[in-house]
Amino acid sequence: MAVKKLKDMAVGESGTIVTLHGSGNVKHRLIDMGLVQGTKIQVVKFAPLGDPVEIKVKNFALALRVSEAGMIDVDVE
Amino acid sequence: MAENGQIHIALAGNPNCGKTTIFNNITGAKQHVGNYPGVTVEKKEGITKFNGQDLLFIDLPGTYSLTARSLDELVARNVIINDHPDVIVNVLDASNLERNLYLAAQLIELEQPLIIALNMSDVADEMGFTYNTDILSRRTGAKVVTTVGRNNIGTDALLETTVAVAAEQKAPNITIPYGDILEPKIAELQSAIEAASPIPYPHRWVAIKLLEKDADVVGKMMRLDNMEAVLEKANLIREELKDQVDLDVVFQEYRHRFAVELFNDITVTYPSDNETRSDRYDKILTHRIWGLPIFLFVMWLLFNFVNTVGAIPQGWIEDGFAALQEWVVTVIPEGQLQSLVSDGIIAGVGAVLSFLPLILLLFLGISFLEDTGYMARAAFVIDRVMRACGLHGKSFIPLLLGFGCSVPSIMGARILDNYKDRLVTILITPFMSCSARLPVYTLIAGAFFEPEIAGTVVFAFYAAGIVFGIIFAKMFRKFLFSGEAEPFVMELPPYHMPTLKATFMHMYERAILYIKKAGTFILAASILIWFITVYPMDVEYSKDYDQLHAELEQAYQIKDDAVLQQFGLTTDEQKEAVTAVVEEMKATVEEATVAAEEAEEDAPEIAVEDDSEIPELFADIKANNEQVFPAAWGIYKNSVRMDEESGVLDEEQASEKLEQSYAAQFGKAINPILEPLGFDWKIGVSLVAGLAAKEVVVSTLGTIYAVGGDTDNPAPLTEYLQNDPNFTPLIALTLMLFVLIYPPCIAALAVVKRETGSWKWVVFMFFYENAFAWIACFIFYNIGRALGY
Repeated sequence: MAVKKLKDMAVGESGTIVTLHGSGNVKHRLIDMGLVQGTKIQVVKFAPLGDPVEIKVKNFALALRVSEAGMIDVDVE
Repeated sequence: MAENGQIHIALAGNPNCGKTTIFNNITGAKQHVGNYPGVTVEKKEGITKFNGQDLLFIDLPGTYSLTARSLDELVARNVIINDHPDVIVNVLDASNLERNLYLAAQLIELEQPLIIALNMSDVADEMGFTYNTDILSRRTGAKVVTTVGRNNIGTDALLETTVAVAAEQKAPNITIPYGDILEPKIAELQSAIEAASPIPYPHRWVAIKLLEKDADVVGKMMRLDNMEAVLEKANLIREELKDQVDLDVVFQEYRHRFAVELFNDITVTYPSDNETRSDRYDKILTHRIWGLPIFLFVMWLLFNFVNTVGAIPQGWIEDGFAALQEWVVTVIPEGQLQSLVSDGIIAGVGAVLSFLPLILLLFLGISFLEDTGYMARAAFVIDRVMRACGLHGKSFIPLLLGFGCSVPSIMGARILDNYKDRLVTILITPFMSCSARLPVYTLIAGAFFEPEIAGTVVFAFYAAGIVFGIIFAKMFRKFLFSGEAEPFVMELPPYHMPTLKATFMHMYERAILYIKKAGTFILAASILIWFITVYPMDVEYSKDYDQLHAELEQAYQIKDDAVLQQFGLTTDEQKEAVTAVVEEMKATVEEATVAAEEAEEDAPEIAVEDDSEIPELFADIKANNEQVFPAAWGIYKNSVRMDEESGVLDEEQASEKLEQSYAAQFGKAINPILEPLGFDWKIGVSLVAGLAAKEVVVSTLGTIYAVGGDTDNPAPLTEYLQNDPNFTPLIALTLMLFVLIYPPCIAALAVVKRETGSWKWVVFMFFYENAFAWIACFIFYNIGRALGY
């Protein structure tokens, strides 16, 4: 069990969101898509050019840029 | 209920939940697309009749939430709280219910009669989800209907429930719990609101929104009377709560908690297999190595589908209208009316309709990519590149299409959900050299550069356009749309097989919008351009052209007589025989020309010098008419020469007429502006006329230099340009640069108006492109001169 930034997680790793940093529209949008504390996520893949990253959350696929993934702390299983 | 007994229903739901499919199932073709007042969000309404009851459906923008932070969400919310529809139908994707319930939670809080349509229930079944809809109904206070939009299952049940709920007018009466700390404060503020004055919004909802500091609700309260105390109290409570909870996110978290708990309580069975069919497709389609090649291949297909395939029906339409013009000329006597109908109206309608195949194919392609779910993947794969240019992954598609035609490209920008992304993309799209600019480039490059480097020159202009696009995208981002960054948080929806009906509805809707909104403007502008290039009609010519034509005919009549005399053919019968043979020769040449055109070969050239040999083409005619052929050959040569000379007269006359037209007067008036770029007034006129369409630059140059020639036959113009001392290679390059940058065409400007919803951006685009074209050309021209070119 270790807390990592989402952007640093490896493909296939999963965990639970601990903290959401940042502010404003970006943060609110992330929350609206379900990325709140306690939500389970899994890193599915990085795009061919390394950015954005695709994650699985609440049983659907979500793409976010690595810069946004850097705002999310995850407790990795 | 509205006064006329019509029930108003708002359809709300997440993007990709199948809401539009349900809307189409219900309303069929009885739809109306407009804009919400003052904003660019599209408003779709449709009517239907059910059990004798009139129903008006409003398809709200698809949203994940209902905050004041996004225009779509705000519009959706305001329709509900301001217009008070009789029923809200919340369409939920049953295969993705947990996240979809988050929006449901926010709709419940609006305290209006609510129906939940559990859509895509077949997909959910297949995945292994089963739900207890009784619990769902009890916990949300909404009636629940199960639907499969793609197969039109459950539509009648939904309509039946809608009519019943509308008659009952019962709000859900469910509250979303916000925990022990927040609840007392919400109650406190709510009673303060109730004490202050009657407000037309749900009280508890307003209390919550004030504590969330929702900009729109705060603004609404400030405009109401007696609300100062309430707003003050809200601020005080926020101050109190600040240290106990994170006010920025706590309300959203509780709504999610409600959604998650509800989801767990109603779900009877969960899928056993974690990997869906979509996951398996994605393993290939967004693969680390194969993802990019697949993306490029799909884009190549789309581009060719729209532009290459589209060019075929586009050609038919253009040919059809050309034929119509020819026919009109034979029906209406020569004069102003003929010119108006033929060159003004028919040409204008033709211009409008010729874009239609491209638009239909574009939206067929876009619809397919969006409905299958690949569109989001395409954005996912290419976003890294587009972001480096200050754009969104999805911008790639409209920009790529821009190399074909700016009109479908600008319309295609609507795949971008975010308004700023869409606008930046629209503004830079014209830098992608459209296919109508290619003839201008090839003509000029072909005239001034060796064939080996002409291609490179043309390519350099394409590349320059891309570079300008990137620079301007970055500048617009920085200066026009600074503000807060827009997140790229994008759902990758499961892959679906699109339905024919949805695809065709989409195509139909866009085509109608284009014709109605952009078409009228394009037509009006085409007629205006026709007017300024044709009027004034009563010009004073330097020569009497009618007289010259008459003299020409007379002179050749004498020559013909001499030929007949020479061969001793004097009787009327002999003369008639000669005339018949000449006609036969002309017909043969005509036939050969048409055949060559169809085979895409060069037309046969027949030399008509005095000592020219009799061409192979006439061998048969000669053999059949040994006796009169020598005379006929002479007369044939005469007639060809006369046509040529008469053509030269016509061209001179057309040139003189154009020179005195309003367009030319305008071109001359702006000459002082264009002179520093090395352009004379003739280029100025061509550029003005080129606003109609870029290929017109070439044909106008042809007319004004009185050499004829257009995009189909540029040879005479090329030769003329090469020999014109005022037209140096440097000026040629500067002209190409100007054509690259200045506004693409009226049709493109018309769709910018349609897509941005305001003239402001049309005017902005027009001026910035002209200004930048001038500045860039000025710098380029002067550097060129300083270097001695």
